[in-house]
Parts: sequence; C-alpha cells; structure tokens
Amino acid sequence: MALDDRKSDFTFIGTRPDRPDGLDKVTGRAKFGADAVAPGMLFGAIVRSPHAHARIVKIDTSKAEAMKGVKAVVTRADFATGLTGEFWNVQENVMAGDTALYDGHAVAAVAANSALDARDAAKLIEIEYEVLPHVTDVDKAMEADAPVIRDGTADGSVPEGMHPNVVRYHESGHGDVAAGFAAADLVIEDSFKTEATHQGYIEPHACLASLGADGKGELWCTTQGHWYAQKHCAALLGIETSQLRVTASEIGGGFGGKTTVFIEPVALALSRKANRPVKMVMSRSEVLRATGPTSSTSMDVKIGMTKDGTITAAEGVFRLQGGAFPGAPMEFTAMCAFAPYALENVRQVGYDVIANRPKQAAYRAPGSPMAAFAVESVIDLLCQQLDLDPVEVRLKNASKKGTKASYGPRFDDIGLVECLEAARDHPHYSAQLEQGQGRGISCGFWFNHGGETSVSLALSEDGTVQVSVGTPDIGGSRASMALMASETLGIPYENIRVTIADTATLGYNDVSHGSRVTYASGLATIKAAQAAIAEMCKRAAAKWGIPEDAVKWEDGCAVPSGPNAGDFEPLAMADITADMGATGGPISGHFEATPEGAGVSFGVHIVDAQVDPETGKTSIPRYTVIQDAGKAIHPAYVEGQFQGGAAQGIGWALNEEYVYGEDGRLQNAVFLDYRIPVASDLPMIDTVIVEVPNPGHPYGVRGVGETGIVPPLAAIANAVSRAAGVRMFELPMSPPRILAALKADG
Amino acid sequence: MNYHSPASFAEASALAANVDGVTRFLAGGTDVLVQLRADIVTPDTLIDIKMIDGVSDIIQNDDGSWTLGVAVTGAEMTEHAGLSQDWPGVVEAMDLVGSTQVQGRATLTGNLCNGSPAADSVPAMVAAGVTVTVTSADGSREVAVEKVPTGPGRTSLAKGELVSAVNIPARGDNAGDAYLRFIPRTEMDIAVVGVAVSLRLDGDIVTEARVCLGAVAPTVLLVQDCADAINGSTLDDAALDALAVAASAACNPITDKRGTVEFRTDVAGVLAKRAAKIAYARANGETVKGDHA
Amino acid sequence: MTKIHVTTTVNGDETEFLCDPRETLLDVLRDRLNLTGAKEGCGTGDCGACSVTMEGRLVCSCLVLGAEAEGKDIATVEGIADGDTLHPLQRKFIEHAALQCGICTPGILVAAKSLLEKNPDPSETEVRYWLAGNLCRCTGYDKIIRAVMDAATEMREAS
Repeated sequence: MALDDRKSDFTFIGTRPDRPDGLDKVTGRAKFGADAVAPGMLFGAIVRSPHAHARIVKIDTSKAEAMKGVKAVVTRADFATGLTGEFWNVQENVMAGDTALYDGHAVAAVAANSALDARDAAKLIEIEYEVLPHVTDVDKAMEADAPVIRDGTADGSVPEGMHPNVVRYHESGHGDVAAGFAAADLVIEDSFKTEATHQGYIEPHACLASLGADGKGELWCTTQGHWYAQKHCAALLGIETSQLRVTASEIGGGFGGKTTVFIEPVALALSRKANRPVKMVMSRSEVLRATGPTSSTSMDVKIGMTKDGTITAAEGVFRLQGGAFPGAPMEFTAMCAFAPYALENVRQVGYDVIANRPKQAAYRAPGSPMAAFAVESVIDLLCQQLDLDPVEVRLKNASKKGTKASYGPRFDDIGLVECLEAARDHPHYSAQLEQGQGRGISCGFWFNHGGETSVSLALSEDGTVQVSVGTPDIGGSRASMALMASETLGIPYENIRVTIADTATLGYNDVSHGSRVTYASGLATIKAAQAAIAEMCKRAAAKWGIPEDAVKWEDGCAVPSGPNAGDFEPLAMADITADMGATGGPISGHFEATPEGAGVSFGVHIVDAQVDPETGKTSIPRYTVIQDAGKAIHPAYVEGQFQGGAAQGIGWALNEEYVYGEDGRLQNAVFLDYRIPVASDLPMIDTVIVEVPNPGHPYGVRGVGETGIVPPLAAIANAVSRAAGVRMFELPMSPPRILAALKADG
Repeated sequence: MNYHSPASFAEASALAANVDGVTRFLAGGTDVLVQLRADIVTPDTLIDIKMIDGVSDIIQNDDGSWTLGVAVTGAEMTEHAGLSQDWPGVVEAMDLVGSTQVQGRATLTGNLCNGSPAADSVPAMVAAGVTVTVTSADGSREVAVEKVPTGPGRTSLAKGELVSAVNIPARGDNAGDAYLRFIPRTEMDIAVVGVAVSLRLDGDIVTEARVCLGAVAPTVLLVQDCADAINGSTLDDAALDALAVAASAACNPITDKRGTVEFRTDVAGVLAKRAAKIAYARANGETVKGDHA
Repeated sequence: MTKIHVTTTVNGDETEFLCDPRETLLDVLRDRLNLTGAKEGCGTGDCGACSVTMEGRLVCSCLVLGAEAEGKDIATVEGIADGDTLHPLQRKFIEHAALQCGICTPGILVAAKSLLEKNPDPSETEVRYWLAGNLCRCTGYDKIIRAVMDAATEMREAS
C-alpha cells in the first residue's frame, strides 16, 4: 500500500455514531450461540472425567442408549483417526482418547429429545477409570519425580535432561547480560508466580450442528473464528472443509477463549449419528473446568540499573503451564517481557510445561500480562531502592522508533514515550494519596497481528453499500468497519451495512484475535472500497468519454481530476449505481491478503490501591489507562477496550484464580467462587487515547484490544505493595495472601 | 421430581412425612434451584410453601416482637422501616446474601435450613436470639436458631418437620445489633468470616451481649467468651482486644478455596471488634451504616 | 413424564405452557415461549444475565421454577420498549456505547429499569451495588453506570 494515501483529516472517523447492532442488542433480539433452533432439534450433553489423570478402561453406553428419548451416544471412536499436530491436540482435548488428562475432560456425549433427557442419559453412561498420579503446579510438573503426562510430546527445542513435561523451549535476546549486570549499581532478582485465570466471557460455548451421512454439514456457533471452526471440525469429523458451512452467531464475549473448538465437533458427531440437528450449550461449570484458562506461571526476573535509572541488563526465565497439551504462549511471555525498554543486554528464556489441567487458550495478549507483572515489579523495586520516579525511569529507558526490540526487530513509529509523557502529565499521577493508599504504574506491550483477511463490498442500486467481513464482531467492530468504509467512499455511515459473512459466502479469514480486526478487516474494507471507487470512476469516465485516470473520487462523487479533464458535473455514487446494470454490470470491491503491518501497541496504566492492613482487602479508588491506538476509529469503543482490559486485569491481580484441590479437581468452577469484578468493585476507569499513527494502516490504526490487560497486574501489584509496605510476588493478591505477607513482614 | 404447592403447613408436613426419597421445601429457591441445576441435590419431592396463607407477612406483635412468614424475602425485610429500625444487624445480614435479584427471592428460613456454616443471616439471628417455629403432624415447637444447623448441609429438623415462622424478640430500649462479614469482593461472595453482635447498654456499660461467629466452624458459634469480654465494659480498647482474642480463640475453621485457617482466625477477631463498635453505637441511638452501601 | 400446566402473564400477554417440574422459568421463557432475550450465563444466580421481574420484583429467572410462574406477572427485556419507541435506558445504552458483546445487556437493562422505578435518583454507588449481580466482562462497567445515570436524569427531567 502506498503510504502517500494515508489520511489524517477525517470526516467520519473519530466520531461516535450508534453501533449498527445496537437496537438488536438492547431489545433482546440479537441471536447469540444458544438462541438458535432447528426443526427436529435434539439436545446434547457431555460426560466429563472427574479425575485429573486417569486411564479410561471401559465405557459402557448401553444403559444410556436404552433410555427413552436418547438418539445417539458418541465416544472417541466416532471421530476421525490418524490426525497429527494441532488437529490431534484439539481432538484429544475435545474428546479423550485412552486417557483423561484433567478434571472435566470430555469422555463421551449423548443426544436426546430434551436437554433434561440428555443430562439424565449422560448420568447413565458408565465409565471405568484407572486413576493415575497427577500434577497441576508448574514448578512441580518440572521436578524430577513429577508424573509424566504425555510422554513424547516434547519437540526438538527442549534441552537435554529436562523432564518430559517440558515440551517446548524458547531463548532470545542480544548483548552480554553478564557484562551489563556488572555495570549496574544495583541488581535485583526475584521470583514470581501467577495462577491461571479464565477469560470469563458471560456467554457459555453454544452451538447448533447438523451433519449428514453425505458429509455435508451446517454449524451455527459462538466463536471468534468460524473458518478456524470449519477447518478443525472438518478434520476431526473426517469430512471435507468446504462441505461444512459455519455461521458465527452474535458472540457473548471471547477474549481469546473462543478461538478454538470444544463442543462443536461433538455436536456434529452426535448429529451425524442421530441424523438430526443437535444443539449443545455448556454450563458455566463446564466452561470453567474444560475450556481454556490462561497458563499459570513461575518466573525469575533479574534487572540491573545504574543510580541514574539506566537499565544495564535484564534477564528473565518464564515457565508457563498450559494444561495437558503443548502451546502455552511462553515465547510471547519471553518476547514481550522487556519490549518496552531499549536494552543493550537482554536475555529471555521460556519453558512450555504440561500438567493435568485444561488446555490453555488465548486470553487477551496471551502471555504478556504475566511477564509485565514480574518485570515491572522488579523495576518498581529498583525505583524504590534507588529513590527514583517510576515514570521518569521508564521514560529514560523507553523503546522508540529505531530501538532494537528485546525480541529482535527494530521498532517503527511507536507511542510509548508519548504514553509515558501523558502519564507524567496526567493529574492522576500527581494527585495526593490518602492514608493507606499506594500508587503503581506499569508499561505494557503487545505485538498486534494481521492474519489472513478477506472482505467483500457490494454496491446497491440506491447507492448504499453492503460490506461482508469474516471476523466476528466481539465489541463493536461492525461500527468501525462502517466508519472506515464511509470515510473511504465519502458517504454517510448510515448508508453502510456490515455483515459477518459465513464460511460459504466469503474467502478465508483468520480468527478475531491478536487485536487484528480493526486493523486487518479495516484495511481490507478500505481496500475493497477503493476497488469499488476505481470501478465507479471508470464508469464515470466512460459516461463522460474521458480517460479513467482523468476521474477522481471526492466526497462520494466522481469528479474530473482537473480543469484539463473536462467540465462535467460531479456524478454522485447513487447516480452511478442507479444504472450500473447497463454500464457494465454490478459494482463491487473485494480484498484478500495477509497484511503484515499491524503495528505494535504500548500502554501505561496508573492505579491507586487502598489496602486494609487488618484484613488484607484491597480496593481500587482510582484507575487511569493511557494507550496508543494509532488512530481511534470509534473512540467510544476504543475507550471501552481500555476499560475492559483494565477491569479484567484488576480481577486477575486481586481475586481471580484456578483453585485445585489435592485431588487435582477444580474447586471453584462457578461464578460464585471464580470471582470476576462486579460493578461495585470498580471505580470509573479514566482513559487517554494517544494517537501515534501506525505506518502499516491507511488511517493509522493499531489494534487496541489486548494491550489494555498487560499493565494492570503489575501496576496493581506495585500500588498494593506500596500501600501495604510489603512486596507481593504472587497473584492473585487475595486478602489471605496480603495478610500473610503483612504478618510475615512483622 | 414431583412438585407440590400445598395450601397449609399441615398439608406440607403431611406430604413430607409420607414420601420416600429426598424432600426439599421451596421458599426462595436460591439454594434449592442451584443445587438442582448443578446435580448436587435433585429432590424426589419439592414442596413449594409459598401458596400457604401468611408466609409473606411481617408482623410486629403487641409485645414488640416480630413474626416473619417463611417466604418473606430479603428485599421485603430491607424495605420494612420498622424491622430495619429495630434489628438493623439482622436485616443487613439478610441483605448481604447474594445480589439484588437473589434478594427478591431469598429468605431467612432458606438461609437457615440450607445448613451452610457461612450463611450470613444465621449469626445475626443467633445473636438476636431469634427462634423458629417448627411444625409437624405432632404440632408445633419453638426452636432457637442455633439449634437448627447441625453441620454443613444438615439440620436438626426431622422428616415431616418444617419451619413455619421466624420469631424475632422485641428489641427493647438502648440496644443495638450489627453483622459484618468478610468477602474478597464488595458483593456476591460467600462469607469467609462473619460476626454478629447484639448488645444492650446500661448507661455506657455493655450488658446482654451475644456474639456469634459464622464460617469459622462446621456450624455458627455462639461464643460466651466473646460476650464475657465485653459485658460490663464500656467497649474500651481493652474490652475490644479481649473480644478479638476470644473470637479468634473460638474459631475452628478449615482452609478452603475461600480462605485459610490463619486468615479466618485473624479476621474473626478484627470483625468482632468492628461489629461490636457498630452495635454499641446503635444502642446509643446513632444511625450507623452497615457493610452494605 | 408428568408435565405441569402453567398459566401466566408475560409482558402483558396471558400465556400457557406445559413444563417439566425441573425446568426453570428461564428454560421456559427461552425454550417454550421463544423469548430468548434473557440469557443463561451461569444457571446459579451469579451473573444476572437471565434477569426478569416477577410481580414487579427483580429476580434471576434461572432461580425460579417454571411452575412457580403460575398466576404471576412476568416482564422480560422483550417488553421494555413501547412499540417502536425505545425505553430511555435502551437509547442511553446505545448512545454511551454501554455494551460491547451485548450478552449481559438484556439482564442489565431489566435490572436498571427495576432500580429506576424504585429509586429515580440513585447515586453512582447505589447503581453499582444494585447491579452487582449483573456481571459484565467487557466494559469494566464504566459506560454502563454512565448510561444508567444519564437515563435516570432524562427520566427525571421528563416527569
């Protein structure tokens, strides 16, 4: 893309129009995953392992099959064989093979006439287990005597001599860290742990599946990526990808957790066996036990600093437990850890460790928040001990354009310095703290992502436009697409309808993840609109009898490009589309690519924490998010992403955690005890949108969805540690942990 | 599961006495339905008592005592000015149970008969000296609230018995009560520790103190040592410290997903002091806000 | 299989249905009456996505049995708008971008409407506590609270 078509003066972008799906969502008529029905529909239910690790000796389905109203029972035997790689891992997770690998692992499923019948029938499936030793803690899973969970899973990256539960290894960095530490006035090294948390989307996984013996199927599901679902379901069922049409429902939150499949292949298998449509909806307990939480981590971070606040060297070791399957995002943790800082000497190591827990799934900037917790805590300790201002120290070391990033490449235009300056100048940063309060700050980094993207844009005869995108709208992206199309075409926002197309009506699209939607689908929408504009200019040129390059597009009209082109009245879009059938046929534009210019994103959070020294209870009286959005297309939804990320981070920092018992069973698989923040827990969350345009997008967009959850864990840890007068090294900083730390400190 | 909605307590108890399997009474349903949904308890017989006359009444008797129907919800209690004036601790304790939505359904009786040691309203009722009327085919008897729970999920009620009324004593003069609980969030959690204090003042001297702890033992604890620590005092620092020590000493908690033994033991003492101060101020005629906004 | 016959009023319309004794009011609304505006986020009364009012009282419909609806007056999100005129809360939610994914929105609208009927001039703290049983994972609640407060102001000025 030519950068000279970068716009900076906008008509529609930056305004805050009503979202196109607003009416549906406030009246209850928006159709989410569980809201679909089909004639003759059955209901499915899954039988799950109560054991953390057990060999499946025998499955007896006879009683369930004999129950009135039961139409199909499936086990692993009803799925494709011979899969490898990630297809194999997903299949193993979706339906256990020889071994149940975690509490909640699916072992069998049943479809019946009603949801109650299906639940009753599931209880009649008898499974004989041979219970095996289990491990759920990341450090314990690496110890020599830890039970081996899936021998042979490790890939070639793992150094000799590691426990077989270590399945992948990462190392990166540059410079000479030993020399860097030697040059420091103060070196601090500490260890940190974080517990797994869940994305906590309010809508449980749900789908409606229909598959025939002819290998043709339809799937409706709540997902962040229906092409991903199509590809994986087809592989797991042994059918052709194109024969399965997948439609994404309205999605009730995902945050990364709906980037994979769980019940969808099972519902398809049941449907194929029963020859009827099958609806499946997870319970909340199933969501928490069996869908992807984050990794839990154990981390060591060492940073050297001179008295003036210059970081001389940094080193980190990051161990991530990602459940019983490879894929914990330890390389992201390692690569993000020191990215905010321009470092001459840096080294980071990551371990992917398997344990008897559910397969981790992406959660908003996967892996990065934990790294920030460890790194930014050590920086805060250095600031405290060297008596330096936390923002000034970060400014002094901040990555800028041209900095060689800790993970390799050189940064292009980035906005970290601007974010830090905005933090320094924000009234929050200089506001007086009350008794018992502490203030923390933290930087955060996320790569952002492009990904395979297809967009199709069609003009209607009345001059209005329909845009088909393939990235499910999780948080208002249809409004952003319509704004970008309207800006490009020069027609009102209201004249554009954006639809999330199904897999049969648009080319392949990567999942709505990696903060890629506004960037990549947005870029593709702009390019598709530009293609349509080119065709409309061509029609105008033909009508006027002048060369195509003598026509330009201005404010929604074709106009002669200059006085030499001729003197013609502007042709409005609706004038061109009105007779497009007779001037060459329907006009549309489309764009397919894998854009590579996502543009990294930095943010800085400021938070005040109040700690009750007698109970260890923390409250958050004030919170400010500052983040570089490149260009905010719909500022209200950008603010919403910032606020949502902060709120999730507050939950992660203070109270959310997976609690496993000695028996390896999840103890808190309900919202009562998996404690996400409620309205009365939070203050208003102030936001500052910094705009340093991304050179890789025509309008300068950077993804904003993920970076917002990176700084909170560290910022809150720094605030709590300063408020309590004792450093917290483990998340969540629940009241019992804080009170224990206070007592240990005397 | 069979669902019944009898028109009288006699009919309800006869039903319960004559069926096999698991029987549950349905008042607000905020525990019964959760257990049903989660496959923890699927009753064979579910007896909805809300069609019985008078179960939603809040009545102040001539002697100043209160009689509450067994289906009176938390919201109805909170909205009742007279009851809130007399027994703010009991009303606030009930109000702390669950969300606004749960308050629209949940009842004192259900909170009691669910048998959870962490039930918020139970310590407050015990501190207040509340009794329940238990009805069966043999007639009715009055039982102190502290005699109802016998362990987690268990009560002393026999087959065919059900609670038919909640009896709250007259408050009388110069008296106040308070209930505080510890939860990690501001709302929606189960108590990690709960402490209720009810007391009367003779001048500025504490008398008739009753202190009850929740979530620190298999059942709520009515702790005489706590009462002794503050009775006869002006609730000075020494008395408060003695109260805290007595409260912590009485704890026999477990470590679970909600808290540790050490945490519960420490915080019981902290909350006992804080609750006692509120009860004392209320007995002095001050209006003090409780834990809830 | 013994089903229970229930006659009830939903959003002003008298309605009859048969239900299993174990079915909740939420199950009945969604699966039998095709009113899928109320959502099931937890099934345990912890998330509020299934909020409705029964006899004017805010409840979680997942914690009410279908059988208990007999003779009762039920109101759901589908009944909030008056024909094609949105309730001020509905308008303000759109205007303030008080929803991202929108799954919690129906429950929050029902709950907020119930609050404003009881307390037309709530403080921010009162709104936050009233809505504490309505989980939202997307917004951090900020814009939701602002939308409710703004709707309350508009409704007070209009009355």
